Amino acid sequence: MAGGDTFFERREAAGGVMLAARGDWRVESAAELDRELAQVARSPPGSVRIDLAGIGSLDTVGAFLLLRTARSIDASVENVPEGFATLLEHVEKAVEARPLPPRRRHRHFHVGEWLDHLGTQVFRIVGNATELLGFFGRIIVTAARLTTRPSRVRPVALLSQVQRNGWAALPIVGMLAFLIGIVIAYQGADQLAQFGAQIFTVNLLAVSVLRELGCLITAIIVAGRSGSAFTAEIGAMRVNEEVDAMQVLGLDPVEVLVMPRLIGLLIALPLLTFFADFVGIVGGGVMCWIALDITPPVFLDQLHGALNPLTFWLGVIKAPFFAFVIAMVGCHGGLEVERSAESVGHHTTASVVRSIFLILVLDAGFSVLFAKLHV
Amino acid sequence: MSDAHRPNGNAAHGADAGVPIVRVRGLVTKIGGRTIHDGIDLDLRRGEVLGVVGGSGAGKSVLLRTIVGLMTPAAGTIEVFGEQMARLNDDDRRKLEARWGVLFQDGALFSSLTVAENIDVPLKEQFDLPHHLLVEIAQLKLSLVGLAPETASLHPSELSGGMRKRAGLARARALDPALLFLDEPTAGLDPISAGDFDRLIGDLSASLGLTVFMVTHDLDSLVAICDRIAVLIDKRLKIGTIEELMRDPHPWLQSYFHGPRGRAALDGKVA
Repeated sequence: MAGGDTFFERREAAGGVMLAARGDWRVESAAELDRELAQVARSPPGSVRIDLAGIGSLDTVGAFLLLRTARSIDASVENVPEGFATLLEHVEKAVEARPLPPRRRHRHFHVGEWLDHLGTQVFRIVGNATELLGFFGRIIVTAARLTTRPSRVRPVALLSQVQRNGWAALPIVGMLAFLIGIVIAYQGADQLAQFGAQIFTVNLLAVSVLRELGCLITAIIVAGRSGSAFTAEIGAMRVNEEVDAMQVLGLDPVEVLVMPRLIGLLIALPLLTFFADFVGIVGGGVMCWIALDITPPVFLDQLHGALNPLTFWLGVIKAPFFAFVIAMVGCHGGLEVERSAESVGHHTTASVVRSIFLILVLDAGFSVLFAKLHV
Repeated sequence: MSDAHRPNGNAAHGADAGVPIVRVRGLVTKIGGRTIHDGIDLDLRRGEVLGVVGGSGAGKSVLLRTIVGLMTPAAGTIEVFGEQMARLNDDDRRKLEARWGVLFQDGALFSSLTVAENIDVPLKEQFDLPHHLLVEIAQLKLSLVGLAPETASLHPSELSGGMRKRAGLARARALDPALLFLDEPTAGLDPISAGDFDRLIGDLSASLGLTVFMVTHDLDSLVAICDRIAVLIDKRLKIGTIEELMRDPHPWLQSYFHGPRGRAALDGKVA
């Protein structure tokens, strides 16, 4: 297909072919140039000489393609214009350290590969769990050390954490708890009305909000809000090598970065849970008043009968455990970040998902435990 | 793109006047009300390696960033390849940007991509090349800057400082630009790697006829590969060869070239 050649002209020569180069052999047209040269290489017409006398311009990619083809069909390169001689030499030197063959990127799908992938994932999850357990140990050791020297707890950092993760979360937690109260009251009333037992909506509301939903909703919001912030903050410091700097300055990152966040959240989350409980009940109460005509005095009276002191405490007691999980997973994710922007994002997502997962697992555990204890 | 590669950089000293590759006139830059440059004139000739020096905070990097269009000057004109930067529309500007390469201080590689993918970014942006060719070109560019083929599949976080700079240079060279901007290419490297890097840039500019604008602190680089030197003093540029600048009575230049480090670097190179 001599007619398709745009980068050279074929001329019959004694015992073979001479390719007279023309046009610009540059990266812009590398795809076409490569195609034409490959065609020559596939069916080499005897001995080939490549004549560069008429070439328009040449860059490193053009030179590379030229040399690669010349090598594969053992062609000689002739009449190199003076201006391109050093360039060719330069590229030739680089090509001599022969590049690896291209990696195959699109592999076929095999059952073996799928199993391999599954195995890798299982090992990864087990590895993560082990690491998290190790981190748990580090926190306990650091906490034990701090109890002997409580002056090392930084009060300003601690209060700032309480402010950022507790006080600042009040509006969103309050709003969602209020809505949850409304939803529970409304749905409950609908069902209980079938038995003519609307008044027990109050009992349903009180038990579900106080024992489960108040602390669960709060923990999930805080995991998304503060857990992600912990990972991103500490992760950005990792990217900046600030954590390493801390270590060589003799500061323990767990003590300086993790403990204030952990203790701060241990204080903030139970308080937030209390707030969510209260607002949730108020939301349900408002709904009862509007939709069921249960006036506040009746509501309070029924509430009083429905509750025993334990109901409230069985919900709030879970909050410190959730707080511990959120802070531990969030900080651990941050310390795991490698030196890249992508790693920060990846670990932030992972730590939110992990802490919400662990919160729900813990909650299920508590349910079983409380059932066994008959409370 | 019509300009073919000129063979040798040393022609810059000779009669090859032509249009300068970069031409700056009356440049004034301000950052937050503070004047950094006050009337800078600069001609970067085809094929030369220009070293830009100056004290910390003198605005060397700011000058580089202004010329490549990352910062807007308060006054003055910048012409690159004969085109006035400020007058170009977005499309023409992007075309012009493909004709130069920039190496930032720490390489500025995209951390989520492998080294090979980093090099392919400008290629993919500009041209439609088949995958196998992209792989090969990335390999070529790597070996042109002296990196092993295995480096291609690594992420920037797995590279040493010197390798990151080389990989950054490979990306800056991806489109075979005739003009290179280097921001402190040897800062943070050990003397041996720095020397190797100097030689690499010297080699590239000599064999590919590159024009190089290089911000540096490194006296050895200046002596080894720069044809001319531009010194930022008192918000203005003084340009000349090392010999000319050494004779300048300005106290900063005196202490720069005649201090202990300057003498060590210049010993034996310049009479």
